[in-house]
Amino acid sequence: MSRLAAGGLIDRSQPLRFRFDGRDYGGFAGDTLASALIANDVRLVGRSFKYHRPRGLLTAGAEEPNALVTLRAGARAEPNSRATTIELYDGLEAKSQNRWPSLGFDLMAVNGLMSPLFVAGFYYKTFMWPAALWEKLYEPLIRRAAGLGALSGAPDPDHYDKAHGFCDLLVIGAGPAGLAAALAAGRAGARVFLLEQENELGGRLLSERHEIDGRPGHLWAREVADELSALPEVTILRRTTAFGVYDDRSYGAIERVADHLAEPLPGQPRQRLWKIVAKRTILAAGAIERPILFGGNDRPGVMMASAVQSYVNRFAAVPGRRIALFTTSDSGWQVAADLRAAGVEVAALIDPREGAAPMALPDVPLFAGGTVTSTHGRILRSIGVRAAGGRVTRIAADVLAMAGGWNPAMGIGCNLGSRPIWSEAIHSFVLKAPPPGMALAGAAAGRFSLAETIGDGLREGMAAAADMGHEGHAPPMPRTSDDKAGVAAPWHVPGGRGKAFVDFQHDVTDSDIALSVREGFRSVEHLKRYTTLGMATDQGKTSQVNAHALLAMYSGKAIVEAGTVLSRPPYLPVAIGAFAGHHRDADFRPVRLTAGHGWAVEQGARFVDAGQWKRAQWFARPGETGWLETVSREARAVRSGVGLCDVSTLGKIELSGADAGVLLDRLYINNFSTLKVGRARYGVMLREDGIVMDDGTTTRLAEDRYFLTTTTANAARVMQHIDYCRQILWPELDVQAVSVTEQWAQYAVAGPLSRRLLQYLLPDLDLSNEAFPFMAAAETRWRGVPMRIFRLSFSGELAYELGVPAAYGDALVRALMEAGRPLDATPYGTEALGVLRIEKGHAAGNELNGQTTAADLGFGGMMSTKKDYIGRVMAARPGLTDPDRPVLIGIRPVDRVSRLAGGAHLLPTGVPDIAAHDEGHVTSVAFSPMMDGWIGLALLRRGRERIGEHVRAVDLLRGTDVEVEICSPVFVDPEGVRLRG
Amino acid sequence: MRYSIFSLARQALSGHRGWRPAWRDAAPRDAYDVVIVGGGGHGLATAHYLARNHGITNVAVIEKGWIGGGNAGRNTTIIRSNYGLPGNIPFYEWSMKLWEGLEQDLNYNAMVSQRGVLNLYHSDAQRDAYVRRGNAMRLHGVDAELLDREGVRRIAPFLNFDNARFPIQGGLLQPRGGTARHDAVVWGYARAASARGVDIVQNAEVTGFLRGPGGRIAGVETSRGTIRANKVAVAVAGNSSRVAAMAGFRLPIESHVLQAFVSEALKPLIPGVITFGAGHFYVSQSDKGGLVFGGDIDGYNSYAQRGNLPVVEDVCEGGMAIMPMIGRARLLRSWGGIMDMSMDGSPIIDHAPVPGLYLNAGWCYGGFKATPASGWCFAHLIARDEPHPVATDFRLDRFAAGRMVDEKGQGAQPNLH
Amino acid sequence: MRVKCPYCGDRDVHEFVYRGDAAPVRPAADAGEAAFADYVYLRDNPAGPIAEHWYHAQGCRNWLVVERDTRSHAIAAVRLAREAAR
Repeated sequence: MSRLAAGGLIDRSQPLRFRFDGRDYGGFAGDTLASALIANDVRLVGRSFKYHRPRGLLTAGAEEPNALVTLRAGARAEPNSRATTIELYDGLEAKSQNRWPSLGFDLMAVNGLMSPLFVAGFYYKTFMWPAALWEKLYEPLIRRAAGLGALSGAPDPDHYDKAHGFCDLLVIGAGPAGLAAALAAGRAGARVFLLEQENELGGRLLSERHEIDGRPGHLWAREVADELSALPEVTILRRTTAFGVYDDRSYGAIERVADHLAEPLPGQPRQRLWKIVAKRTILAAGAIERPILFGGNDRPGVMMASAVQSYVNRFAAVPGRRIALFTTSDSGWQVAADLRAAGVEVAALIDPREGAAPMALPDVPLFAGGTVTSTHGRILRSIGVRAAGGRVTRIAADVLAMAGGWNPAMGIGCNLGSRPIWSEAIHSFVLKAPPPGMALAGAAAGRFSLAETIGDGLREGMAAAADMGHEGHAPPMPRTSDDKAGVAAPWHVPGGRGKAFVDFQHDVTDSDIALSVREGFRSVEHLKRYTTLGMATDQGKTSQVNAHALLAMYSGKAIVEAGTVLSRPPYLPVAIGAFAGHHRDADFRPVRLTAGHGWAVEQGARFVDAGQWKRAQWFARPGETGWLETVSREARAVRSGVGLCDVSTLGKIELSGADAGVLLDRLYINNFSTLKVGRARYGVMLREDGIVMDDGTTTRLAEDRYFLTTTTANAARVMQHIDYCRQILWPELDVQAVSVTEQWAQYAVAGPLSRRLLQYLLPDLDLSNEAFPFMAAAETRWRGVPMRIFRLSFSGELAYELGVPAAYGDALVRALMEAGRPLDATPYGTEALGVLRIEKGHAAGNELNGQTTAADLGFGGMMSTKKDYIGRVMAARPGLTDPDRPVLIGIRPVDRVSRLAGGAHLLPTGVPDIAAHDEGHVTSVAFSPMMDGWIGLALLRRGRERIGEHVRAVDLLRGTDVEVEICSPVFVDPEGVRLRG
Repeated sequence: MRYSIFSLARQALSGHRGWRPAWRDAAPRDAYDVVIVGGGGHGLATAHYLARNHGITNVAVIEKGWIGGGNAGRNTTIIRSNYGLPGNIPFYEWSMKLWEGLEQDLNYNAMVSQRGVLNLYHSDAQRDAYVRRGNAMRLHGVDAELLDREGVRRIAPFLNFDNARFPIQGGLLQPRGGTARHDAVVWGYARAASARGVDIVQNAEVTGFLRGPGGRIAGVETSRGTIRANKVAVAVAGNSSRVAAMAGFRLPIESHVLQAFVSEALKPLIPGVITFGAGHFYVSQSDKGGLVFGGDIDGYNSYAQRGNLPVVEDVCEGGMAIMPMIGRARLLRSWGGIMDMSMDGSPIIDHAPVPGLYLNAGWCYGGFKATPASGWCFAHLIARDEPHPVATDFRLDRFAAGRMVDEKGQGAQPNLH
Repeated sequence: MRVKCPYCGDRDVHEFVYRGDAAPVRPAADAGEAAFADYVYLRDNPAGPIAEHWYHAQGCRNWLVVERDTRSHAIAAVRLAREAAR
């Protein structure tokens, strides 16, 4: 055990059990999986991506590239989880990844032996011969080796929530700067959101031994947190990471609600996606320590100094017995001091900076001006150190802590395109032009000392609050302990033994970058893409700046000339499920139900999706052997008796105003201003490019009031189009429009007995042909509520449509069924509706496909030549009036028994099945009980001139080839006698 | 130096010190026979085929940034030829044929991987539309298979077959579809063109056009000086309208941002490319293991190369609708590319309305798969001043003439294509 | 992106439907095919400020004229289209 006997912020009263790679261990509440592994002397935690090199923990934070594990098991398995950010819970189970058969003995490590071949970009240069082997051999091998962890393959059993936040000030990061900023703004009365990716607030104060106002820094953090919690306008979101900045001060953040539990509590989401709109933002996300580049810097036992400090101070877990430090930064000296204070032996402190001595370290062997040139042991046992004079010595050490300076964590500040710039003062990139409304504070701004950090937070917090009109007194600046921040430029030790790793997860070394430059990949973007640097799960948080430095060095430039890389969301990887929220599986999109849905369910309907609507597809009766029998029965009932169909899903729009008729004349190819009150008319509307947009009937309810219907699919689009026309094209017209699709339930009553049925229901109404002819419409009342009656027919039979307010739809359809009982009124669904309309040659969705003109569909004669309307001019273009265009016709199998298939293409008889002979395609097919066989509608080149001719309907996908006769698209009652009956 | 396992092994022995730049980073000369504006996949492919097919090597490719930094490096790497209209199918199929021989032609492994492209359908009407398309493909000699629900399940058992809002009924499969490594395509064309003498000029932004007699385009002004040319060819999809404006004309194009996403690397689980038919989501898995996915464009004009959160949510909703196992996979990176969204969803390879200028534009979100054929046909047009037979429908005057190539039937509303 | 609808207030972009450049004006009925082809198909498509038509589909159903910069997405002004047309 490497747990210190005392100290740290862990809760020793709460011991926890956990399992890693099948072995049981113990830890405490407050541990991360990483700190608990260290406390248990587990030093090998992962394998690298390419060479499968053994890797230990590098960091103690979200930037961890090495310690990726699969957390949990079964459907809750989470591959590639960073051990450094997993809060330990009782019963935690984790496994290492990317190794076979075991982490200690990984056969894939043979890749490491091949590393002289497997340099950057090697696969672009080989695997090309013989060509066939790439697909069959090489790529399958590469793919098998791909990836790190594995998904379970089972549906994610957890659910994800979404929330919206609106605030004056968003503070990202609850370290000293963020706490100070939130305190200043919160006390002034501003509405503040404070986001902290950990559960504990305090940031570096939890890991460093600073004093504020004479007390340990973490106690100050706790006091501030307590005060903030009590402020009514302050919201603290713990375990929450801001992952992206979007336009107009919108932020995306992810709250890990239940990831610290074995599984979410009942009803609890696993995570919550926050969409926050913040008038001001203070980015106080701290800084990330950068590694030093030297041979063997990836050996397990080589860690970041700040991580060592964090494990020792915060978790009381000591990663080694003899710890050496390789530092180019004053912060590394502080780590040495912390280790000594914890009683840990410091084997050496190597600082390449000549004469740097930020503090006295009495019993630590110092190598000023020295460098580390090698590391030894499968897990680190010793290091080679070159002293200032050039003498190389071997020093025993089981941990080497690297302190290469600090890179501000300003990632999301670059999301909107601001380029970071190089600062010679801190030897890293800083952000000088953050997005609108954002300020940076503390280490994120490149100001590292504790006093600067708190000062920044107080100042920016006050400023943001004042901007929002909240004036207050700034909290007093506390006294803080001394904190030196001297640092050298990114450090590379040339010519050492072994590979010097830049990107630890993707195994990109200094020599890969040299090769990349040699081959001309000299822009940062080319370098990243060629070497895959920064593309791993850590997104280059520890590698990017070092890579920049090497790129500049190898191409003989200064770092400022080497270009910059923008960062794009997300700052940390975010579960895909969180973005989807509740919109998954059956809840992917809303379900729209008509007023008569419950009735249809009782009738045994099977439903079909029509956009978001559920429509009854057919109503099977006991004993029927299949859908075709059911649908044919329903269609026959309409042709011979009476049927009932719910047509409520059609789009319904009311137009009113003195100019409503004028607008309709401009919307449709035919005229509506001439329509008589109490009459309906079928209309076709075009897009401005001359192609058919939609069709439907429009009824004139009064001089200045029209009611029009659209197809189910186009309801929203037509409404939008009408609003466009009346608000933008012709705002001078006096016309209002409103969608009433959901306000009215509407039912078709169709068939020769439909009039009798209606007379049972509405005995007082004169429905005779004389009083209420085809295309008549009337407003009446039924059971005290408004009712609209239309004599419309989609089926081609004597038919009516009845509309009532949606709340009465269910009552109406039941009343219709009751009234129709003596007539054996038959409910019919969309399939029978389809049969009936195909028999009548009515165009529907498959024909109104956005590629057909009115003339193609046989409506050429309706196109008015006496007025302007949308699409008129463009419909006259040569391409749209080409006599060779496919036009709507009917087809029947010549043998009268073959089945037709939608989507089959039409080719002449006696020619090969090649595109040169392609003359059209079948749009809709149905089995017609009236014709006693399959019929179809099709778009065929010059089709109307070819009635009677035979062609073939060829479906190569399903292997059918049916000789068909070209006929009129109207199969039943072409004279229209029945519908006027 | 020719790339092979042998040259790689030889270099390994000498610490890889002998490799030379993959392409010459040329300084611009005063004049060329042809100047190609745009160092993306299409521009570089055009240069390669000008040299290879037509012997025209006095060519410069002018790139404002670094080659491949635009849409060539901002796509989801899908290759396919599953189109339905006669104006499209021969062109995209020719592209597919070129993909199939690309590595040997370029001596560069672009990792063309034909693991199949599967479009799911969820309704009878959608099935009929796919059948129409699949039959059109087959009539053109393109591979296409119709799968029923069980057929889909055999290929992709992990899809949501039990609890879907829009149940999967089947799919249209193009087995030869797949993916290619996008950056390698750019570098491979650059290397091959450079080896034949083409100058690749980076960090040279075109700022204007030189005019000759009769207003004919006679070259370009760039941030690295004036370059004269007999012919200037523009392949700058995403920015076509800006370049056209410099030459004094407008295009039937809007620039829109399309986002795409990749997850953390995962062990292989998705065989090919899968497209959701009832929402905006498509996905494949890269050779490194990342799930590469995308969906709809953001839907508003943009040159910002970044999008907004609602579309990220919409795409992930689509993913969770058909593959609820990906909930615990993490989205690692996102990026945005600027698309030339044309008014009928199809591209333009034609003479510009200004003499001496050639136009390759309007690729919408489908430009990557077209790269080889686009370069091939554009080179043909530039060299011979007549359209290549498989690209005759991609004329600029088709809009005025009413001969649109509108696969989706959405009309002159670019964000719906 | 957020759009300040003059009728509904500050709303997320997902409530709106985009149409495009507000500049093209529908030609007179007798303007001829070429003028209509220009109106329907050709766009300036600028990289910079543009006035556009957006529809508050999930709100008040007003068409808006939004002045926006296509390089930064920054919105400078929003008006009701009906009023902008006057």
